[in-house]
Amino acid sequence: MKILITLQNNNVAPRFDLTTEVMIARITRGKISGTPRTILLSGPSSDELCSLAIKEEVSLVICGGIEDAHFQYLAWKKIDVIDRIIGPAEEALTLAISKKLQPGAIIWPRPERSNMP
Amino acid sequence: MIYETYRNNTKQNDDSKTVANLLSFYFFIGISLTMSQCPELLEILNGVPHGIALLDQNLQIVEVNRFLEALTGYSGEEVRGIPYEYALRTHFQKNSHILQQTLEAGLTSSTEGDILGLNRKKIPIRFTATPILSSGAGLVAMVLVLEDMTDIKETLVGKKEIGPTKGGFLGHSPKMQEVFELLPILAHTDSSVLITGETGTGKDILAEAIHHASQRSKHPFIKVNCGALPESLLESELFGHVRGAFTGAHADKHGMFQLAQGGTIFLTEIGDLPLPLQVKLLTVLDDREFFPLGSQKKVKVDVRLITGTHRDLRKLVGEGGFREDLFFRLNVLRVHMPPLRERDGDIRLLIDHFLQSFAVSLNKNIKKLSPQALQRLTSYRYPGNVRELRNIIEYGVNMCKGEVIELEHLPILVQDHPLSHPPAKPPNSGTALPASRQAGTTPNPPSPATPDLSTITDNFTNWSDIEKQNILGALMRTGGNRSEAAKLLAWGRTTLWRKMKEYNLA
Repeated sequence: MKILITLQNNNVAPRFDLTTEVMIARITRGKISGTPRTILLSGPSSDELCSLAIKEEVSLVICGGIEDAHFQYLAWKKIDVIDRIIGPAEEALTLAISKKLQPGAIIWPRPERSNMP
Repeated sequence: MIYETYRNNTKQNDDSKTVANLLSFYFFIGISLTMSQCPELLEILNGVPHGIALLDQNLQIVEVNRFLEALTGYSGEEVRGIPYEYALRTHFQKNSHILQQTLEAGLTSSTEGDILGLNRKKIPIRFTATPILSSGAGLVAMVLVLEDMTDIKETLVGKKEIGPTKGGFLGHSPKMQEVFELLPILAHTDSSVLITGETGTGKDILAEAIHHASQRSKHPFIKVNCGALPESLLESELFGHVRGAFTGAHADKHGMFQLAQGGTIFLTEIGDLPLPLQVKLLTVLDDREFFPLGSQKKVKVDVRLITGTHRDLRKLVGEGGFREDLFFRLNVLRVHMPPLRERDGDIRLLIDHFLQSFAVSLNKNIKKLSPQALQRLTSYRYPGNVRELRNIIEYGVNMCKGEVIELEHLPILVQDHPLSHPPAKPPNSGTALPASRQAGTTPNPPSPATPDLSTITDNFTNWSDIEKQNILGALMRTGGNRSEAAKLLAWGRTTLWRKMKEYNLA
């Protein structure tokens, strides 16, 4: 399977419609196969990004905010979307591979709190 | 004195800036940026009907108010320390470096743009950034006020209540007129509303329209699909949790009920709500308070509840799948959204509307549908209702290369559908009746005053003629008795009187 992650400064891009860079990783038997490809887009466009995901036969899209029309379109094309993710792209990818990434997850690295239960 | 000095150095020209300036003043006189040390100030922020984010010098979130939490779906604690563009999903249209400039120049500035909200909707926003300056340390922080411009934008582009459109609806049919007439009544009360209807009939739009027409419109409208999440996640989503409540709960998270504080929560597919959560929901409705997951502290909420379902809740109660006491609690006011096949005359209206709208948005020079395509579309049954019609027209506009949409431009499903006259008018299913009137399952008698549509389309050219003929037919059948005629037409007496006056029949 292939996973596409929208990128902004190595983090998951906050908005699908403003994304100009994506990372596509091929996953084989639960592991990243080869080096993930980074693709620079000619400009931000949700439509172009959807077309790219279809052309690349991506199974899962990880992104920040995405408009409902494009979310539904990708779902219609049988592409899963985990949206509203905040944090580094690599960590999001790792969590997605282990099926621990939920929509709305915040994985932004922050100093450990001393009063954690 | 300090405030006067401060105020002289700032320019207040609108509500947003006033809010920002007030906040700046608090910081100016030395209140800590940690809101937990100043809960009263957070309460003030929560009372403001705009989104407010406090940012530090690195443009990272320090705190957000409840309104902004509702817009983004993230609590203040969750997004603390995260750069604002990731937490708020902002886009500035003209000046993308406004916050940097505010930091550097130390002056209040405004710009327009949008954010992507919790429901995957783009919300037009006016951003106002106000620096917080300290005489010794220079700029210490920034207040970012986010003002929802949806209403203003819709008014400017003329989307709001033009012609037969009301609250996002379009329709001339008697059944939709009843919904339109009930809308202000539903908006002016705080009672629970249950919206029933098939998929694609517009339950969500009605819920949102009720909210926007109500006194709670300045506060959030939150929609939760009860069928989309497993029970454990749904409980956390609705009622929130505290840090450590379960594995992975790294921070306190407000539930949707808290995010909707002061506003309206719309629970769609309420028929899919698991039984244990039905008990908790009943408690919330009765006591207006609940315990978030893992918390020992009760949370009070002031939220209006609207629910929606395509299921027959009464039948579900009989089968043991839905609590009877909750059903009665939700079923205070009940509105039934009519399926498209029962909305006489609306199909043509909606076809024209969607055709125009998609032709503009897809930049096509499409003028009309061919008679064959139109005939096929008006005779189709639309099991997916308005949503399906909208998708069919969008498909047709995309496929058509010329100026006229032909039959072959429509989806195969519609092309293959056998031609037939629209179905006979079914029994009045009680559109927009108060629950008390719907308690009995006996449907109202069919409306004999409504003539067969196949004969109408041959003899009349517009809806006014059809409606006028309907009124005359009903009055003839009831011997001129207006009350009985109104019942036959499934209208209120006032509606009948108004329409008679409109057509010079009074």
